[in-house]
Formats: sequence, structure tokens, C-alpha cells
Amino acid sequence: MALLEVSNLVAGYGETEILHGVSISVDEGEIVTIIGPNGCGKSTLMKAVVGLVDVRSGRVTFSGADVSALPPQRIARSGLCYVPQTDNVFPSLTIRENLEMGAFVRNDDFSERMDEMFDMFPDLGSRPSLRAGSLSGGQRQMLAIARALMLDPVLLLLDEPSAGLSPGMVGSVFERIRGINRAGVSLLLVEQNARQALSMSDRGYVLSSGENRLEDEGQALLDNAEVARLYLGGSRDRTESDSPK
Amino acid sequence: MTALRTAIRRISLSWTAWHTTAIIVFGAFALGLLPFVKMGLVVNGAILGAIIAVGAIGLTLIYGILNFANIAHGDYMTMGAYLTLFIVGGALSALGMEAQGFGPFTFGYPTLIALPIAVALVAAGAIALDVAIYRRLRDRGVSAVVLAMASLGVAIALRGLVQIVWSGDAQHLPRQSKPVFHLPMDVRVPPDAIFVALVALALVSAVYLTLTRAKMGKAMRATADNPQLALVSGIDTQRVIWWTWGMGAALAATAGILLAVFQAQMLPSMGWRFLIPLFAAAILGGIGSPYGALVGAFVIGVASEVSTQWINPSYKPAVAFGILIVMLLARPRGIFGSSG
Amino acid sequence: MDITGIASYGAGFAIMACIYAIFALGLNVHWGFTGLFNIGIAGFFALGAYTSALLTTQPPDPALFEDFAFGGNIAEYAPLDLGVDLWFAVALAAAGAVCAVIALLIGYVTLRLRDDYLAIATLGIAESVRLFFLNEKWAANGSKGLYRIPKFLDEWVSPEHYDYLYLVVALVALAVLYLAVNRAASSPWGRVLRAIREDEVAAEASGKDVFAFKMQAFVLGAVVMGIGGALYAHHIRFLAPLTFDPLLATFVIWAMLMIGGAGNNLGAVLGAFAVWGIWTGTQFLPGIFSDPDFRLFMIGVLIVAVILIRPAGILPERRAFSRRRIPDRAPIAEPPP
Repeated sequence: MALLEVSNLVAGYGETEILHGVSISVDEGEIVTIIGPNGCGKSTLMKAVVGLVDVRSGRVTFSGADVSALPPQRIARSGLCYVPQTDNVFPSLTIRENLEMGAFVRNDDFSERMDEMFDMFPDLGSRPSLRAGSLSGGQRQMLAIARALMLDPVLLLLDEPSAGLSPGMVGSVFERIRGINRAGVSLLLVEQNARQALSMSDRGYVLSSGENRLEDEGQALLDNAEVARLYLGGSRDRTESDSPK
Repeated sequence: MTALRTAIRRISLSWTAWHTTAIIVFGAFALGLLPFVKMGLVVNGAILGAIIAVGAIGLTLIYGILNFANIAHGDYMTMGAYLTLFIVGGALSALGMEAQGFGPFTFGYPTLIALPIAVALVAAGAIALDVAIYRRLRDRGVSAVVLAMASLGVAIALRGLVQIVWSGDAQHLPRQSKPVFHLPMDVRVPPDAIFVALVALALVSAVYLTLTRAKMGKAMRATADNPQLALVSGIDTQRVIWWTWGMGAALAATAGILLAVFQAQMLPSMGWRFLIPLFAAAILGGIGSPYGALVGAFVIGVASEVSTQWINPSYKPAVAFGILIVMLLARPRGIFGSSG
Repeated sequence: MDITGIASYGAGFAIMACIYAIFALGLNVHWGFTGLFNIGIAGFFALGAYTSALLTTQPPDPALFEDFAFGGNIAEYAPLDLGVDLWFAVALAAAGAVCAVIALLIGYVTLRLRDDYLAIATLGIAESVRLFFLNEKWAANGSKGLYRIPKFLDEWVSPEHYDYLYLVVALVALAVLYLAVNRAASSPWGRVLRAIREDEVAAEASGKDVFAFKMQAFVLGAVVMGIGGALYAHHIRFLAPLTFDPLLATFVIWAMLMIGGAGNNLGAVLGAFAVWGIWTGTQFLPGIFSDPDFRLFMIGVLIVAVILIRPAGILPERRAFSRRRIPDRAPIAEPPP
């Protein structure tokens, strides 16, 4: 049985329906990437999975339990953690406090976990009392990921982790993501930077207008001529990313 | 103007609010040393500022986390004062605890017993009102103005309640006259003012420690920063909201009691009339920022008190309002504000 | 009470209800159409009332009054002395104009900022106006108040029938303002206001100058309130700072609009008559119901109850709009390419 199983998910905001029945799954240990044009519902899908957007119909099961009606904080507690694309740190809190908030539901001593995070992201460890608002884009992204890792998640959802970063930074973020996966965390990514993301993914989904378009192994999608033409762009450079607002 | 703005921005970025507070306190006393400003007024203003600070920090916390202007905040103050009066005059006096003139102060020890009880009652009442009113409206997804509107209704109802029970006339805690302290520079400080200042200092420190050391305090700041991220981090935002109401209302109730002690009387309209200095302080400091509210409170307190040297003292609220308007024109986000 | 007594009482009631209906209409322009949160209605009420009274009241007899010096007597100003009491129209216009100027000033400072800053600013203006008239005895006799405010057309009828005449005046004023506000609300301008109320960002995105529209609505509502204040001054013919206590000059008007139906002009008028009927009716009841403090309490409870149970009021706005919040941080859809 898959770790995360989303079946026929319908969701949206207000009167607008954005997802019209999307189905995806993530198995234990996998990296799965969702690509698709802007406005196809990738971010909405993530928000629906973590409970920020109401699920209208369909099911989300995580580790065999139905989580589609749970509030976000309960979903986080069950080991499914999420890093939004923008506004993903608490700017007026220090780095250390951000990590403490990531561990809010933990009542045990999590200092060891925090040290691990500082080892994994030395930039954060060197100045833990710096306010998150004063960090650079790349450091913020690291902090956001570290915050989500504080709960020792089984599955990590990353929404455009490379958005707005310099090309050099992008590579380093992807390197970390691979490292996190090697440490046993399953990953579901939404990426504009589709080439790089798919090349390290076990599987990928192509979403279009709130519906599934294609599903295949990461490399197979990269080799698919239609996918390459429609969603990967001609060049091997990263596609233009959304600038954070 | 631009140079001033840049200077202010640089200060708010590079120094902590605490340094700025120190500067303002020293600035106030430097102001008092000026030959044409009476030091006595500056001291009075600082004490008034301490009361405003206790009220405005609660107001700004509620604004930062619940995202609306709590118009009933002044009436939470009024409730605090009248509940203390009720406990002192009713329950405690029935138990035979009657006294005035505790130590150097005008009020008796029963007031000190009643104070925490009244504060706890107001805090519990605020949480109950959240369950009964505000949570339902939040769940319905109404706009901030509708929440403020509901708090206006709460304010009116609380004021009516106070007037039903205690009438519209001025009341005061049982008190006994005490000698005033004479300090150099013609400064006369009533002993009650020392009590007010000490309680305010203790509370502001407690708030500071809660927000920077306690898990719930940090969660409050996190929720104020970004409620959605707080949710997905696993923070129980409903509990954060109740803590916020509890803390904010407890601070308001204490401010009300301090005001009643400082002015030696209480009126049902005292809280409503105090809304202008409260909001002026909170907005001046940057709404949502507790440090800003602290600084704003001292500015408003000292400025409105010193103004009485030249203008009619009853214009104090108008002076606070004038400062607010000037601030909104010059820097609408306030001294420490990050979001307009 | 005999029949003429009842009729005269009814006329007095109806005049006040009409005046309150005018305030409710003004508030409807602010809150009902545009979502502007004005908690200082008393300020515009007082400005309108004092402006009109100070322009028209006879210069004081030094033996009667002490140290103050009001008395612009525009009725004796030659061009207005045409046999008809033209001064009345001028006084009402002046009352509206003063409120318009003050509204422009507050609006300029706050209407670009967060919605609730306007509330604080209106509260501040109401308090400042009250403090001014309380302390500046030269301006309007301080707390002792201004009296002998002239009657409009008082030579036309005998004093005991004057209320009937003034009721006609109040009804005409209400009808004119009602039609004007209604027309404004149903015009394209009024539709923009509603669009701003529902979703300011979307209105801005579609090229509307949100600030200008809000300002126009704020000024229009303030003018209506100022005229209401002037009508009050020439009806009661006595003004003191106590007249503008927030209870009867702000809170009760909010209750009227909320109960009648925010966004619906007929609802505002209906709410004014209903609440004023309950307000005056309950004073004949025994015990706690006639206690003004209890009525204050009930006003607050009613406002909260309406918001919780029937946000649309008795007469809901015709077009079904919901005051739905746009999520602060979640974009409506993913950002466009």
C-alpha cells in the first residue's frame, strides 16, 4: 500500500473549483515530482493534502488512515509535513525559534534533532539567534525545510523549493533534498525546475487544468518528447520561476 | 522628512526595542530637564504611559494574532476596575476583610487580593466571549471589520452591564489619604503612582519573558507572523488564540485597575475614553508589535501630560489623537511596524 | 392623555425617528455600501448640529450668558431675508459642508490604511469635537449648552402645532435624502462601492481608484449625517456636549442600521423607526425595561445577535452578497505565468 494515496480529489477556493479529480500516490522512500503549467493546481493539490484547502470530494489517505477531513495541525502531527512556496518561515522569530515552532507538537527533548538540523544546514547553525526575516532567499528555503524536518516526518511536501533562488543555490537545495531522501524521508515535490527535479525523482506526474495528464518514471518523463516540448521548455536551463510576492 | 524616516528605519532595524525604550525614557527625562518643561509633568506622563502600555500591549497582541481591532478593549479595562471594586466591597468585606491604607498606599490589602481574582475573571470572560462570538464569526470567514463591529457590540453591552450594576456615577475603592512623596525638581509623586509603576513594570517584563521564552509565547508570535504556516507546523492556533485573549484581557483588566487607582476613581466610560490613547500607542509603535506599543505608550503618555503645561488638561485625549494623525501621515506603519 | 396629546406625542416621536433615519442612511452609505467602519457618528452629528445652531442663533443677551460670544444670525443677513425662511436651507447646507470638510481630512489620513484605522480616527474626531465644545465656553457655552436655537417657519403656525409643521419638514428632508442616497446606490458609482466592499483588491485590479471612491462615499455619508444633526438642532433647540454621548449619538444608530439591514436604504429607515419605537416605548414599561442602562446593554446584545444570527438584518440587501474574507496569504489561484 502506498504511503500517500490521493484519489479523485476535488478541491478549490470559494466558488472556484481548481482540482477536478486528481489521483496521485507516493510510496515509501520515493521522490515524486509533480509538474505542469502555471495554474494547473499543483500548489492547491499540496494545500488540499495538508488540510489548508477543503477537500470537496475524493480521498486522501496517509499511512492507511483517511486524513481528508483532518485540520492541518493534526495532519502535521501524523508525520506529513509541508513547506509552502512563499512565506515559509516566521520572519520575526529567530532561526532557533523557527525550528522550535517546527517541533511545537513534540513534548520530548528535541535538542538533538535541532543539532542534526544545524549540522545539515551549517548556514543556520552558525547564527541560530538571527531573525529569519533577515536571511537570504536560499537560507530561508533551508530554514523552511529544516523547520518541517523537526517533526521527523515520514513524508515531506515541498512546494517549489527552488523558486526565486540563484542557479548556484538551486543545485545546493536539490543536493539537500536528495540527502533528506537518503535519510529515509519520502518526498513529494512541485517544481518549476522540472528537468532537475525529474532527473532525481523515482516517478513524476504531469498535471494540467486540475486533472492528471501523465504519470511515469522520472527519467521516462524526461525522455518523453511531448512532455519535453510542452513542459520542460527547449533548453536545459531552469525555467522561469515565480517570483515570490 | 525623508532623512528622519531613514533615521527611524535604521533605528528600528539595528537596535532592539529595548534600547529604544531606554532612549525614550532618557529622552523623557532630558525633556524634563529643559527649563520650560516641568519635570513633574514628565514623571506623571511616564506613569500614565505605563498604564497605557499595559493596555496597549494587550490590544496589539490581539490585533497581531486575531487581525482585528478590539473595540471592546477599553471596556475590558472598565470591567477589571469594577470587578475589583465588587470583590473588595462585596465578597471580601463580607468575609470581614476591610482595610485601607496598606503601607504607603491609599488602598487596603483587600484590593491586592481582589486584583488577581478580577483579572482572572476578565481573562476567562474574554475567552468565553471568543467561544460564544468571535470563533463562530472566524469559522464563517467574515472580514476583520465585521469582527471589530461585533467587538463594538460587546463594548456597548459591557458598558451597559457596568451601569446597570454600579450606576453611571463615579465610584472609588476604599481609600485613605496618604502623604505625597516630594522629590527634587518640584516633583511630587503620590505613593499609589509608585504601585502603578511597579505593577506595570512587572507585567511588561512578564509579557516580554512569555513572548521570548515560553513555548506558547513563541507560538503566539509565530501565529501573528504567519497563521497558515503556524497551522501546518502543527501549532494549535485555536489554543494560541485563547491564550492571546486571556493575556490581552488580563493586561487590559490590570490597566483598568491601575487607572482607577491612579485617578482615585472609576467611571463606566473610563475604558471607552481610554481607547484613543490605547490605539494611538499601538498604532504609533506599529500595530501588532508589543515593543512598539510599549514605546508608543510612553510617547503618548509623556506628550499628553506635558501638553497640559500649555493647553487645557481635558484636551489630553485630543493630543493623543493629534499625535496619532501626525504619525499616520508621516509613517503609517508605525515605528516598529512591518506591515501596513 | 387626550387625543391631541397623543397626536402631539406621536409627532415628536416621528420627527426624532426621521432624524435618526437620516443618520442611519448616512451610516448605510459608509458601512452598508462601502464597508467603512465609522464609530464616531456623534462627531458628525455634533458638527452638523453646532454649525447650524451657531449660524442661526440670535446674538446672546449678555445678561443671560456669561463669557461666550456666538451668534452668527444669518437670518438677518439681507440677501437671505426674502420673507421666506431661506436661512434654514443655508444652515443645513453649511452643516453638510463642515462635515464634508472634516470627512475629507480624516479620509485623506486614514482611507488608504487598514479598515479599522478609520474607526479609530472617527472615534478621535467625535471625542475631539466633544472636548472642544465642552471646554471652549466662548464657542457654545460649554457644558451649559446652547439654547434658544431658532425655529424654522415658526410664524406660520401656533407654537402648540409647530411639531406638525416640523414633522413635514423632517419628512421632506428624509424623502429627499432617501431618494438621493438610493439613486447614488443604484448608480454605477454605487456598484463600484459594493465591489470595493466585497473585494478591494479585485476592484483595484480592475482599474478603479479605490481611494477616491471610498473618499466620495465617506464624504457623502458625513454630509447626510451633518444635515441630520442640523435638523436635530432646530427640533430640540438645545445643544450641549452631553447631547452627543456615544449611546444616543452613535450606538443606537448602529443598532438601527444593523437591525434594519445594512446595505438596504429602506431597511435603514425601517430600522430607525423600529429601534426608536422600542427605545421610546420601553420607557413606559415597569422595572428594568425602562432603565436606560438596561437599554444600553440590550443595544450591545442586539448588535452582536444580529451579526451572529441574521447578518443581513430585517430587510436584507437585494443583491445577495456575502462578506466573505479573501484569504490573507493564500492566493485565489496559483500565480499567473
